[in-house]
Amino acid sequence: MAEERRQKQCSVVLPTESMKAMAESVGVGQLQEDSCVALSEEVSYRIKEIAQDALKFMHHGKRRKLTTSDIDHALKLKNVEPLYGFQSQEFIPFRFASGGGRELHFYEEKEVDLSDIINTPLPRVPLDVSLKATKEQQKKESTEPLKAVKPGQEEEGSIQAKGQSATSAEVKGKEKLRMKPRSTHELSVEQQLYYKEITEACVGSCEAKRAEALQSIATDPGLYQMLPRFSTFISEGVRVNVVQNNLALLIYLMRMVKALMDNPTLYLEKYLHELLPAVVTCIVSKQLCLRPDVDNHWALRDFAARLMAQSCKTFSTTTNNIQSRITKTFTKAWLDDKTQWTTRYGCIAGLSELGADVIKTLIIPRLAVEGARIKAVMEGPVVSNIDKIGADHVQSLLLKHCASVVAKMRPAPDVMEQYRADFGYLGPMLCSHVVKARAQAALQAQTVNRTTLTITQPRPSLSVSQSGGVGGSGGPRTPSIIKVPSSLTLMSTRPATPTQPSPPATKYIVMATSAGAASTQQVITLSSSQSGSPVTSTVPSGSTSLQPLVKLESGGGTVAGSRPLQKYIVVSLPSSSSSSSSLEHKGGTTATSPVTIETSVKSERSESPATHTHSPH
Amino acid sequence: MTRLAVSAPGEKMAAVQDGGSEPEGEKEPQPELPSDGSSAPAATPASKPEEQQQQQQQTLLAVLQFLKRNKLIESVDALRREAGLADEPDEAPGSEAGGGVGGAAAGSADSADASALLSRVAGAAQSGAASAPAKGGEDQPDVSVVLSAYSQQGDPSLYQVYYSGLKKFIESVLDCHRAELSQLFYPLFVHMYLELVYNNHESEAKAFFEKFSGDQECYYQDDLRVLSGLTKKEHMKGNETLLDFRTSKFVLRISRDSYQLLKRHLQERQNNQIWNIIQEHLYIDIFDGMPRSKSQIDSMSGSLAGEARREANKAKVFYGLLKEPEIEVPLDDEDEEAENEEGKPKKKKPKKDSMGSKSKKQDPNAPQQNRIPLPELKDSDKLDKIMYMKEATKRIRLGPETLPSICFYTFLNVYQGLTAVDFTDDSSLIAGGFADSTVRVWSVTPKKLRKVKSAADLSLIDKESDDVLERIMDEKTASESKILYGHSGPVYGVSFSPDRNYLLSSSEDGTVRLWSLQTFTCLVAYKGHNYPVWDTQFSPYGYYFVSGGHDRVARLWATDHYQPLRMFAGHLGDITCTRFHPNSNYVATGSADRTIRLWDVLNGHCVRVFTGHKGPIHSLAFSPNGKYLASGSTDGRVLLWDLGHGLMIGELKGHTDTVYALKFSRDGEILASGSMDNTVRLWDAFKAFDDVETDDFTAATGHIHLPDNSQELLLGTYLTKATPVIHLHFTRRNLLLAAGSYNSQ
Repeated sequence: MAEERRQKQCSVVLPTESMKAMAESVGVGQLQEDSCVALSEEVSYRIKEIAQDALKFMHHGKRRKLTTSDIDHALKLKNVEPLYGFQSQEFIPFRFASGGGRELHFYEEKEVDLSDIINTPLPRVPLDVSLKATKEQQKKESTEPLKAVKPGQEEEGSIQAKGQSATSAEVKGKEKLRMKPRSTHELSVEQQLYYKEITEACVGSCEAKRAEALQSIATDPGLYQMLPRFSTFISEGVRVNVVQNNLALLIYLMRMVKALMDNPTLYLEKYLHELLPAVVTCIVSKQLCLRPDVDNHWALRDFAARLMAQSCKTFSTTTNNIQSRITKTFTKAWLDDKTQWTTRYGCIAGLSELGADVIKTLIIPRLAVEGARIKAVMEGPVVSNIDKIGADHVQSLLLKHCASVVAKMRPAPDVMEQYRADFGYLGPMLCSHVVKARAQAALQAQTVNRTTLTITQPRPSLSVSQSGGVGGSGGPRTPSIIKVPSSLTLMSTRPATPTQPSPPATKYIVMATSAGAASTQQVITLSSSQSGSPVTSTVPSGSTSLQPLVKLESGGGTVAGSRPLQKYIVVSLPSSSSSSSSLEHKGGTTATSPVTIETSVKSERSESPATHTHSPH
Repeated sequence: MTRLAVSAPGEKMAAVQDGGSEPEGEKEPQPELPSDGSSAPAATPASKPEEQQQQQQQTLLAVLQFLKRNKLIESVDALRREAGLADEPDEAPGSEAGGGVGGAAAGSADSADASALLSRVAGAAQSGAASAPAKGGEDQPDVSVVLSAYSQQGDPSLYQVYYSGLKKFIESVLDCHRAELSQLFYPLFVHMYLELVYNNHESEAKAFFEKFSGDQECYYQDDLRVLSGLTKKEHMKGNETLLDFRTSKFVLRISRDSYQLLKRHLQERQNNQIWNIIQEHLYIDIFDGMPRSKSQIDSMSGSLAGEARREANKAKVFYGLLKEPEIEVPLDDEDEEAENEEGKPKKKKPKKDSMGSKSKKQDPNAPQQNRIPLPELKDSDKLDKIMYMKEATKRIRLGPETLPSICFYTFLNVYQGLTAVDFTDDSSLIAGGFADSTVRVWSVTPKKLRKVKSAADLSLIDKESDDVLERIMDEKTASESKILYGHSGPVYGVSFSPDRNYLLSSSEDGTVRLWSLQTFTCLVAYKGHNYPVWDTQFSPYGYYFVSGGHDRVARLWATDHYQPLRMFAGHLGDITCTRFHPNSNYVATGSADRTIRLWDVLNGHCVRVFTGHKGPIHSLAFSPNGKYLASGSTDGRVLLWDLGHGLMIGELKGHTDTVYALKFSRDGEILASGSMDNTVRLWDAFKAFDDVETDDFTAATGHIHLPDNSQELLLGTYLTKATPVIHLHFTRRNLLLAAGSYNSQ
């Protein structure tokens, strides 16, 4: 069979009749038989040659079909004028006719009436070239971090897919998702034990243990293998505890997220798809605690919002677009009229933590609308207590975040009426906040070259880390805050802090004596609404290093006019007895810790001896 | 008897030569050759059989003369090395002529072997006279001269007898020799057929073709098809396939034992016809040792001109990577940077491991850092390198267990018009070349494409401001894609510069164009190829680029020169794809003659010739460590090559159609291949290379025995609906991007 084909290959030539027909068509009457044979052989050879060249063009055009343009290009290679007027069509344009003992193939050209062409409706405009991305998923990885955070949140937009409705719908079937279970590494027995200890401590009742566990998560290298388990633990934990409204556990879990983020040896990117939804849940969930009117779930929202802002800053890339997706989520929920005050608060907190630009573009234009809404709740007739508290919180949150931005946006004279005109209900209050913000900015400008001890901790922190040796693990591990006692220049993630109006802040001074060595002091500043960045600083004890501490206080004193209240709580931690004492203190704090924040703020200045421990948690 | 049979063609050939080109020679006397007169008489006494050799020599020398006249010294060297000419031919023509003639006279009494050897010397000696007619006014060797070697050699009716006699002999020899000697069939068949055609024995030629073409290996199908169309002497002029066959010797590798066997047979039977063809048109590379098996031979054969000569792959190749420049990460970059201070050293370590090549020591296989001049790193390049390192730390390590995710970019509504695709290294831009002569660039990140403002607007902006780079962009022009108009034919190759500022495109119109991605305008049209340019690629360090096309010459360009810096000539078919080695010192070209050549950018030498593909090569990919090369062809196979040893080390079978795209993962552990058969396949490159490296014997002898383990190496096959895969790219984090256009039919 193959043999036959090959033989044919050798001998295929055009029939001489075709030559004759063609000759006649150009006016050559009598063509000798010999000439016909010679011609047909020559023509056949040339046609084959052209076809072989045309094949090259087909191959390079990445097609399986030879087109007329390939032939044209092949002719061009041979310096022959291409055959114009042929287009590749699905049918062969030749018609066959026979008659008078003659067989003919011809190209049918109908005469067309121009007016017909003009009057026919135009065909659809051909669609322009477009690009569409589909994905063959092998495993979860960093470019696909987010799953639906909330019902109704948008999916990851496929890149650049224009709305080429007809064609893209056909292609859609091509997308084939195959999820491979993530490979989990076997953990050694020690690691399993460690994991068990850590997770138990993190959600357990003992605050000291928790602090140490978090410390370990935040600093230990080599936790990489446990990271998938931690992230699942957190995401599952949040899922369960949101349903049960267990505020305390949610807080603990968020602190775990924070600790994980703090660990420089961990790359969280591959686990963001688990962690971020958990964090977002803690920001925007309708209910996070059993008694929304009493419990301070606001602090959790603030804390989680800060976590989110930090992860946006760290992990957002052009590929995963975390920041823009998060922003969209928040905005969408916020704009919805039916959104509850709690969620509303979360959305605003989440947005405002993303920075001044976001505040400027997204929040400030909505101030008037939001003000009206608040007014309706505050001054309206039927008001549930919960709504009122919510509205109140939203109001103070808005004022706090917007004031500094507005101060920058608007020129100096702050006229109450103008503010009312621009911002509605919130205008007057905003005005006074802006005035304060300006005053503080001016003050900051004065004190800019003063060495202060107050250092903004880069990451939000709800916890007070205690000195090493607490809990008696025996190891010489020291918590990170105390790790660098002499370095006074940590970093500030928040350059805008100076201009922000700080609401009355509480300072905690924690005195700690680590195992027999130099004792250290920490100053932790927490603003009363728990959303200002906590300030932690550490000084080695000793008279010289106490000096700046005093400076700091006096610095706070100069603005006392604008700050109604300044509280100091000095907490001293002994090296040995602390674990027991904190145990005593923390007995049963699991459910009440957010409340403790509030209460501890109110606690009076106490310079207590070694036995008294306060955790601002 | 021997002499007599050969003398007749000699005379005839001389006649042809006189008739064809002498008049032109007279019109234009050759002032370049003072030795003309002295060596011309020397040619006459030279014995007749040498003249065939001389004929070939003469062609070559004509080319050499031409090159020299145009000051293409390096090409002269390259050509001379290719041709095996040791000496400068017209250095001392007089003295050598004497020696040559004397030797030839003596040799005429000797065996044919010796005379063939000596004829080379004689040919070289007579260069002056010989080249005179050939180069009269013409740039190329006269076709008639090239063909004239096919003049009448014997009774045409006996050709079939000769051939079948040899066939019978080869079928009767011991098994171990049969496979080797079978290699002779194809070249002999072709040459005998062409001889018949040349001498106007049309019917005999047809009969000969019909009788024996079925015996040829199936991978010569394409060439046989060309041959079958060729039935007249007139057709031979201007047929490139034929000229290639004629001008280049078909190379066979045969063990000494087999060769002796053949020689004895032919001498016993006094089968001069075949012996002459072997002498004149074939190059038999004889080696000592075991004859090769059929599969070993099959894996290496298939090219238009036989296998590569062994010495062609002996040159040292510096396949190592260049040392990466030390870049100090600026600490004042951002506060985030400082924040990570503590974590920094820890982060760097895994990166270094993963890249392997970052070691401080210079790789012994790497070329000198300044072997070829490379452009200085700009600040923006450094920033990009830092970005690359950051991304590299987040790279997923691939392996058989962790396959990459694949993101497929489908071009819609292109109506079969997509001809080329390229991604930038950071995967932020996609360029497509189209049959309608356009080049389109898409941004696949939210960052839109913007033009620089016009000159008038630019003069208004504050040049001192920090965000001046942002201010020069015209926000009004922002869009997801831009179209570049300029070519007048289908665009067959596109390539981004590493710094993402430029785009190259090569087209059917014979030009390579350089586009600016700042202004989205054409900057330069590089004209040099007169025929379609099939492929072009930027050097991994920028500045240089390579192009290759229908004219069989690959050219190396620098963006600031309008003429090429190097011309790589040697392929016998269209150059279908071109790739830069990761260290930018070498260029690989794949061709329609079914060979791959590796060229040294420094001196233009061809340092590797790889044969084994059975169809035109349409894709090439270097492994990231620079040691290996993968190539894919129309036959659907992917072959793997070791550059250092010059060996084929693997064959990946699975695709059923042309392989248009090949890419190694960033760590070199996975090879992805994309094909016309609408699949992306992933192969375990690590295992493929590992299996071979353990075997020392193959490296020493050059005779590979490929394990047939394609199925084990195939890690995955991913089918698209109806989209041929024409480009593949691994992002810096090892996500696989693929591209192709949807075919609605």
